[in-house]
Formats: sequence, C-alpha cells, structure tokens
Amino acid sequence: MSRYAHLHAPVGGPLWSRPFRILVVVFVFCALFFVYRFAAGLGASTALNDGYPWGIWIAFDVVVGTALGCGGYAVALLVYILNKGTYHPLVRPALLTSALGYTMASIAIHFDVGRPWLLYRIPLFPAHWNFNSALFEVALCVMTYVAVLWLELSPAFMEKWSQGPAGFLRRTSEKAAPIVDKAMPWLIALGLLLPTMHQSSLGTVMLLTGQKLHPLWNTPLLPLLFLVSCLGMGYAVVVFESALSSGILGRRRETPMLASLAGVMVPVLAVFTLVRFVDLGLRGRLGLLGTFDLYTGMFVLETVLFLAPAFMLLSPKARNDAGNLFRASMIMILAGSVYRLDAYIVAFRPGDRFSYFPSFAELMVTLGVVALEVILYVVIVKYFPILSAPGAEAPARTARA
Amino acid sequence: MSAVDRRTLLKGVAATGAVAATGISLPAHGRVAKAVPPDAVGLLYDTTLCIGCKACVVACREANDKKPDTRLSGGLWDMPADLNGQTKNVIKLYKDADSPERSYFKAQCLHCVDPACVGACMIGALQKREFGIVTYDPFFCSGCRYCQMVCPFEIPKFEWEKLAPKIVKCELCNHRLKEGKEPGCTEVCPRHAVVYGKREDLLAEAKRRIAENPKKYKGQKAGDPPKVYGETEGGGTQCLYLSHVPFEKLGLPDLSSEPVPHVAQTVQHGIYQGFVAPVALYAVLGAVVFRNRRKQDAASGETDGPAGGAE
Repeated sequence: MSRYAHLHAPVGGPLWSRPFRILVVVFVFCALFFVYRFAAGLGASTALNDGYPWGIWIAFDVVVGTALGCGGYAVALLVYILNKGTYHPLVRPALLTSALGYTMASIAIHFDVGRPWLLYRIPLFPAHWNFNSALFEVALCVMTYVAVLWLELSPAFMEKWSQGPAGFLRRTSEKAAPIVDKAMPWLIALGLLLPTMHQSSLGTVMLLTGQKLHPLWNTPLLPLLFLVSCLGMGYAVVVFESALSSGILGRRRETPMLASLAGVMVPVLAVFTLVRFVDLGLRGRLGLLGTFDLYTGMFVLETVLFLAPAFMLLSPKARNDAGNLFRASMIMILAGSVYRLDAYIVAFRPGDRFSYFPSFAELMVTLGVVALEVILYVVIVKYFPILSAPGAEAPARTARA
Repeated sequence: MSAVDRRTLLKGVAATGAVAATGISLPAHGRVAKAVPPDAVGLLYDTTLCIGCKACVVACREANDKKPDTRLSGGLWDMPADLNGQTKNVIKLYKDADSPERSYFKAQCLHCVDPACVGACMIGALQKREFGIVTYDPFFCSGCRYCQMVCPFEIPKFEWEKLAPKIVKCELCNHRLKEGKEPGCTEVCPRHAVVYGKREDLLAEAKRRIAENPKKYKGQKAGDPPKVYGETEGGGTQCLYLSHVPFEKLGLPDLSSEPVPHVAQTVQHGIYQGFVAPVALYAVLGAVVFRNRRKQDAASGETDGPAGGAE
C-alpha cells in the first residue's frame, strides 16, 4: 500500500453515460479508418507526399501529443525535485494523462511509418544505433518512457487489485507492490530524465532540416524551446484537465492548488518568449518580422498566444478565478500546439511544387486516437484510485471552490 | 569508437556549452566535417552538353529494374514528372518565362560527402559505403521518412502506393560497379553530358572546362562567377554539376560549405556523446528525489525508512 493512497479514490458511478456512449461511437467510426490505412496504404489514405513526408500523425499525434503528455513530467518536477508536496494530489491524474498521451503517440507512430512491423528492430540492433540521429534518441526514449510511466502509475492499479478477489491479479499485486515501492525513487528520476532528453530532441529533429525550416523557427536553441514549451503545456494540461473533470465528473474544484500551480506557468511562458526574441535579435533575424507573410503571421500569433496566458495569470486574484484559470490554460495549450505544428509543418518549406493538407482519413485516425485516449481515461478514473479523494485536500478551501 | 570520434565528442561538448551560453553561433570546429573518401566516385553533369534525349532515364530503369512511369501520359509512354517511388534519375527542363533561357537538368542523388540522410537514419538503413556511395538497406528501414525531411536536394523518394513501401534513391548503380561496369546513365549518354569517374578526376575536368570557357558557365545566382556545384556545397557532394544558367534556377539550393548536418549534430553530440550528461543528470535527479522523500518522511513522523510509493 503506498503512502499517499488515502489521497486518491475511484470516481465510481455508472460507466455508460451518454457522453461516454457518444465517445465510443466516435471511436468505432474512426477505427474504420485505422483499417483503411493498412488496407489501402499511405499513398491512398493520406495527403502525405515526397515533399511533406510528415503530416499531422507526426506533428500532432506525436509532437503535440507527447507535449500534452508532459503533465506528469511537469508536476513531478515540482513535487519531487522542488519538494512542493502541496501538489501531491495532482501527481496521479497527471501521470495518467502522461501514460495515456505517450501510449497513444506510440500507437500513432505505427500508423505513420511505412513499415511498422520493422520498428522492433530499433531496440534490437544496438550495433546499428545511430547516435547522430535525434529521431533515434526520441524513439528509444519514448519506448522506455511509456514503460516507466505505467510503472510509476502501477501502485494505483495494485492498490485496487490487492483488495479485489483472490486470483492472479491480487497475488501479483501483493508480490510486486513492495518491489515497485523500493524502485520508485529511481523510476521517478528516470521519469524526469527521459522527457528532458526526448522533448528537447524533438527540437533537434527539425534542426537537421536546415534551410528547409524557416529562419524564424530554425535556431540551435530549438531543443531548449521545445523543452520549455513542453513544461508550459504540461502544467496547462494539469490545470485544464482538473477543471474539466470537476465540471464533467461533478467533482469538487481544486482551484487554490491549481491557482498556485498556474503561478509557475508565468515564468515558463516568459522565458520561452524571451529566449526566442533574444536569440532572433542576436542572430540578426528580427528584421524578418518586417515582411508580412504567412510565416510572420504565424510567429506573431504564437507570440500572442504565449504571452496572453502569462498576463491573464499575473495577479494572484486572477489566478484564483476558476474561469480565468481554465481559459488561460486552454490558450497555453493552444500556444504550445501551434508552435509545434508550425515547427513541423507550416514553417517547413520543401519547395513550391509540394503542398500538404491532411486528408479526411488522416484527421479521422487522429480523432480516433484521441477518442481512445479519453475513453481509457474515463474507464481508469472510474475504477481505479487516480483522482483526489473527497476531503483529501487538507489546505484551506475558498468559499467558491 | 575511433580516436577521431572521441575528439569530435570532446569538441562537441565544449561547443554545446558555448551554444548554451551564447545561443548565437556555433564554433566552426564544433564537429569535424567528414572528408571526401579516398575512393570516392561520382558523376559530372554538364548542362551545356545535354540534349534532353532521356536515354539515361531509360537506362536507369533497366539497370535498376524500375517500371516506366506512365501516369502522366495516360499509360502510353514513360513520363515521370520528377524523381518518385519508381524513378531514380530524371531529366527536367528549365524554361525562363520571359527570355529564351532554357536548360536541361539531370536529377539524381548527389551522394553528399557528409549526408544529412545518413545522419538522420535511426539504425543505419542509409549508409555511406564503398566508393562513398550512399546506399539503402531496407532491412533496417521502418519507413519513417526522416531522410526525406532532411535532404536539401529532395532526393529520397517513397513508394507511397505500396503496402510494404521502401525508400527509393540513386545508389550510383553500385551493383553494376561491382561487375566492373559503369552506371546505366553514363553508359548510354550519347554526348557524354554525364560522365562517371573518380571524384577528384571529375572535379579537375570540371575546373578545366570552366578555365577553358569561363563565359560559358554560371555560378549560383545571375552575375556570380562560374563554379562547380558540389565542390563545397553542403560540405561537398560526389556528383558535380556545371551549368550555363544560374544553379538556383535549376533548383540547386544555395548551401554554404558547412555540412548540412553540422549544426544539428554539434548540438546533439554536445548533449549526448559519451552519455555523460544524461547519466550525471540521472544521478542528481535520483539523489534529490531520494533526499526529498526522506525529509518528507521525517516531517510526517514516519519511521519505515525512505522506501514507499511515489503516489
């Protein structure tokens, strides 16, 4: 039994609510396109081409998706490294979103690559590992991180199973729980190291495209910008998700805790924007903003989206306004997503003879993956102790919470 | 790891420190650029000699067992619009809208001295092998297409319509070279517009042609002095070009002599080579997590030691 077990409880209640049934229908419809992708091949099912070999399955499902899955990373950094124990009730929900986000990204990869049945050769041929390749580093790191995330989350499952009926699950849980418990500090540290590595490498990946990436995005600091943006998105997702689950699942709001967490987002957002402008200035590229085109437009949009939540969350009073908090975190998520989509698709310029806009099947596969993620989230929080238990949050609660 | 690699490593670490500190520019010695292999072979294509007969396109298909691309001609004759999943070599026509300026252009892999695709490939499906030829081994290819993302010349193509697609690119007919033959394209060229040979010989020949006829050849942009494209571009390529129209009009990008993978790999090496930084970071993170848990246990008055669940 883990020491924080009393903090969490299953949501319970009936599973087949109306929104859940709609979700399942959406997923089943999208799953038809999962089949279509493999039956028809990439050429027929996607708008990808030799100029734009990467589309939304990489840019959204993987690059944005894993950043949205950085809640676990961002919160663990606060709780375990900066020792802010107050945020502890947020760790498990954040870990679950991370585990699901990264698992879905790994599934999406199998739709995207042309020869997914050969992906297993990456871990199996160490003699061939190309350490020059940032993408290789991302691949290996993400594979490991998915396993680490589920292990970090496993006490939640074992708590439930060890109280369940006698059988395989109960026996295994009782045996494994103490081992996982012992290994936990090192798992946590690994869970902090791996995202630091691959989230920054996601920036290095695009650095290798050289001139094809627009100079407003192409900088040796891409790894740093990707790392900072994933932290901002990670915090925002935790706030967003907590607010959403209090709305939809009818749970008590955690506003005071979220408010102080949102305070952390302000310096993150400021650092991101500052680094970007100072870098462009020092490299003499600020002049590029003088020409008005698609790229300048997207750059300005990103900057506005990054700065807006920082200003919205500047005062403690504004941070304690649940509505404002929700809106700010939504904009923050949008900011990071637009930045990443730009760096991988919009600012990537293979030449005028190529163009790309995702096909219907591509959009449906992405929607299906997201739907599956939400379905699994709902199922897991209903049956397993993930979300904070009623009355577990000791610190003072405001009247409106 | 060879001694050279180790030196690269140390320089890379130092260079990334500098990048992190300034964020402005990378020291030129951040990563040792690859040298031209001593046995490097290549092609020399001269636009002034090409008559656009496309014999090389047909010869390439025969040599590489690729079917004619008849999609644009309604199934009648071979008419590839560009390099594609079944075309490793193509002759294109550049035509200026306002002047009589025109030129043919032969597109195929340039076999970079320091290729971005090889740097990108996760487990070495693309590798520079004998004679410096960039070769493809589908056994290690998961079809991720990162090579397509990073090639500055848009050379690697993908078999989009197949269910087990591969990457398709010119491998300089290395299977023919082994039999003592030359590449399909150069063997049939009636005007020797494209010739095969050792890179150093081809480079000398190209320079001789420019010296003999300096007015005939052009540089990167209109008005630039004539040059051999591929001598230094992107760290140098093994296939070289001479042109009577500016290279930028033929679609050859304006690359500096810095190898295309230089910046990305300097950053990547700096962070990862020797795996020192990640291991050190892991140790620090582990120690801090451990210490914080112990502190927390002391504060909450628990006595069961530092072990306990994360949650």
